[in-house]
Parts: sequence; structure tokens; C-alpha cells
Amino acid sequence: MQFMKEFGRYVTFLGLLFVRRETLKTYYKLTVDECILIGIQSATLVAVVAAFMGAVTTVQTAYNMVSPLIPKYIISQVVREMTILELAPTIIAIIYAGKVGSSMAGGLGSMRITEQIDALEVMGINSASYLALPKILASILMYPLLVILAGFCSLLGGYVVGGLAGIITPADYTYGLRFFFDSYSITFALIKAFVFAFLISSISSFKGYFTTGGALEVGIATTSAVTTSIIAVLLSDYFLAQLLYLR
Amino acid sequence: MIKIKNISKSFDGKEVIKDISGEFDQGKTNLIIGASGTGKSVLLKCIVGLIVADTGKVFYDFRNFTEADKDMKTQIRREIGMLFQGGALFDSKTVEQNVMFPLDVLTEMKQEEKLDRVNFCLQRVGLENINKKMPSEISGGMKKRVGIARSIVNKPNYLFCDEPNSGLDPQTAIKIDDLIMEITHELNTTTIVVTHDMNSVMGIGEKIMFLFNGMNLWEGSSKDIMDSEVSELQNFVFSNKVMLNLKSQK
Repeated sequence: MQFMKEFGRYVTFLGLLFVRRETLKTYYKLTVDECILIGIQSATLVAVVAAFMGAVTTVQTAYNMVSPLIPKYIISQVVREMTILELAPTIIAIIYAGKVGSSMAGGLGSMRITEQIDALEVMGINSASYLALPKILASILMYPLLVILAGFCSLLGGYVVGGLAGIITPADYTYGLRFFFDSYSITFALIKAFVFAFLISSISSFKGYFTTGGALEVGIATTSAVTTSIIAVLLSDYFLAQLLYLR
Repeated sequence: MIKIKNISKSFDGKEVIKDISGEFDQGKTNLIIGASGTGKSVLLKCIVGLIVADTGKVFYDFRNFTEADKDMKTQIRREIGMLFQGGALFDSKTVEQNVMFPLDVLTEMKQEEKLDRVNFCLQRVGLENINKKMPSEISGGMKKRVGIARSIVNKPNYLFCDEPNSGLDPQTAIKIDDLIMEITHELNTTTIVVTHDMNSVMGIGEKIMFLFNGMNLWEGSSKDIMDSEVSELQNFVFSNKVMLNLKSQK
């Protein structure tokens, strides 16, 4: 019952984003600012995490492929599939929720308890739309780019470690990356990226926007934003995987 | 002029304000006073629409705010300036950007015009050369002044102040009070100030509404307050030693 109530409030919040909007120029500027902020906040972390994910996946795959009958280039094919379909969009989404989602929830929560959101409302500004919509738009624009960056860094990480550790030659690795490549995987990864970006940013904004109380509650809202976002990402990941399977 | 009729509000079954009616005059500093927890801030938030009252109506110059559609509400709100208890300045913006914010969002003014207006307002509240400072770099009194500058930058018809001098030293508090009164007369705004500070009551209370346990128990001016026969008001007023001395001198 509580879940349904909360879900109803979330849907109402999403509806609020599109009524009594300010001018497009205002949103454009705010969205660009948010894009820069998200990019600066996340790019380095995403690149580092993705590079290590690719490196570890290469080593683990090689370790588990004991049969001499399996060609080496299968390692990079596995790394490619895992990276594009799961690691880049989904694992990075969890990191994104922790880094950007918590920042959104914390920022909005602080604005709520220090009456900054009330100040916007008193000025006749739709605070939900003014504050949350640019964050959601910026996330939808930036997160797919971060997924592309993560995919690149992950494959590069595997390439470097595979070569340095003598697991796979650069030529085999490159061949494996191209072997039976279905470009739909990229499309699917980007669809996932859009969905995850929307879920993380909207849930985090929702949790932060409706914070009540003081500093303690801001902390609780931030934690709740991250947890709920991650659960939503994993659930939607499952449903999207089913859709991919049906194709 | 702002008129309220039969405003009531409950939270979790507890009635915080009970059937309050009254009028707040244009060009005067109207005070809502009372001890902590009597519902002053809730009443103020009901008037500006930040809290939806359970019953009752609010009229801004005969415009029914409670039953107005969203566009009308937005229109009325754009005529409102409000100073919040903690200033409510936007942390991520400089002082200049904070004061300019209503002009940025609500007007089509050119940048130079906006800057002139911002500088005028900052000078009006006695602040100069702090345009580029962040809110975290200025004192509590300065934050209140910046808050006042932001609330008047759009030349509002209605000015609301929620405990404008809470947390300030007496000298700064008096300056803030005087500033609010001067601005009220200058701009001919309908100003409502929520306070429990007796210095404010005696200094700027041109029209006063006294709340007790969520009820409007008394209305009058600072001149009448000493002679009122409402015991709850007497207890509130003379709990302040300075006021007690004043009474004994009288």
C-alpha cells in the first residue's frame, strides 16, 4: 500500500515537471549547466571503473577458459558482449546512481530544508519543473555518452591487460572484438542507457524534492534515492533483457 | 490589502490554526505575533499558498487567491516578495545572481537594466561591494539584507517576512526592522511580518494580530498593546523584562 502511494506521488511529480514551465531559454541554460556538472562529476570515475572492469573481465574469462580447443579471440568476444550489454550500461548505472543520483537528492533535499524551494514557489516558479527537469534532461543526454565512454575504456582496459599479461595477443583481441558483432547490441545498450538515466535522475530528484525535516532526513533521502534507483535499474534491466531476448 | 477569512489548518488531526480572519493594510507593516508554536508561520504560509489551508479564503486586493486557477495564482505570486527565516538564498549563486534571479526568470529586462536594479536594491539595503560573494561567505545579518534585496527587486505589491530578525544581534535586528518599515512605506506594499520579538512589535507594529493557541485573540497597534486587557497578550508582552520596566515606569 505504501509502495503504491509512493509510486502515485512519483507519477504526480513527473506530471508536475511539464506544467507551468518557464521559457525554453531558461531550461536550455540550466540543462547545459547540469550536463557540464554531470560530465565533470562522473567522467573520470566512469573511465577508471570501466577500464578495470574490462581488465578484470579479460583475466577472469581467460582463467575460466581451460579448454585448448577454444580460440583465444573468444576472450575478447566475451568481454565485448559483457561490456556492451551489461557492464557499461548497468554497472555504470549503479555507480552513476551513487555519484550523481545522491548528489541530486542531497542538493534538492538541502534546498527543501533551507526553504530555497519555497522561495522559488513564492516567486511563482514551478520549482519541481525548474529544478528537476534540467537534471533529468541532462542525465538523459549525458548518461548515454558516459556509457559509450565506459564501453570504450572497458574494451581498452581488456586490450591493455590482455597484452601485458600475455593472456591474448592484440591481434586476437581485436579479431575477437569484431567476431560475429551485431550492431544491435550498441542500440540496445543505448536504449538501456536512456531508460536508466531517466529512472536514476527522476527517482533521485523525487526523493530529494520531497525531503522533510532537517539534515538527518536529507541523509535518509539521499540513501533512499540511491537504493531505490538501483532497484529500479535492476528491475528495468531484467525487463529490457526479456525484450532483447524476444527479438 | 490582504484579507483572510476563516483560515484553519490541522496537521495529523491537531488543529494548528483555528478559524482566523483578518485584514492586512496596504502601506503598513502588519505584524503577526505570538509565542513559539502558536501557528504564526503556518498562517503566513497559508496566506502565500505554501501550505494549503483546510478551510478559509485568502484575498489579495479582492482577488480570491484560494480559488484562483494556476495562472492567476502564478500572477499573484509574481507580485509577492518574501523574506524567509534563514534568508533562503540559493547556495550555488553569488549575492548578485541571487538578487537578480527573479528578474532573470520573470522579466525580459536587459542585462544592464537588471544589473542597475540589483545594485540599486543592494545599496538600498546597505550592502555594497559584495556582489560576487557567495552566501556562505557573508554574515547572518547580511544574508537577511540580501534576502530583502531579492524580495524587493521585482517591486512587489506584497511583502512577507518570516521572523526577519531571528538569530541576529539586537542592533542588526533593529536595522532590519527599520529597513522593512521604510521599504513598506516607499513601495506602498502590504507587508506582513511574523515575529515574536517585542522590539519589533513596538518598533514597527503599525497593525498587529496576536495569535494564541492558533486563534486570533487580539488586533490593534503597538500603541494599544500596553493597554490591552487580554491576559494572554499581557503575559506574552510582559514576559519581556524591558517591557515590564516600561510598564512600571508608566
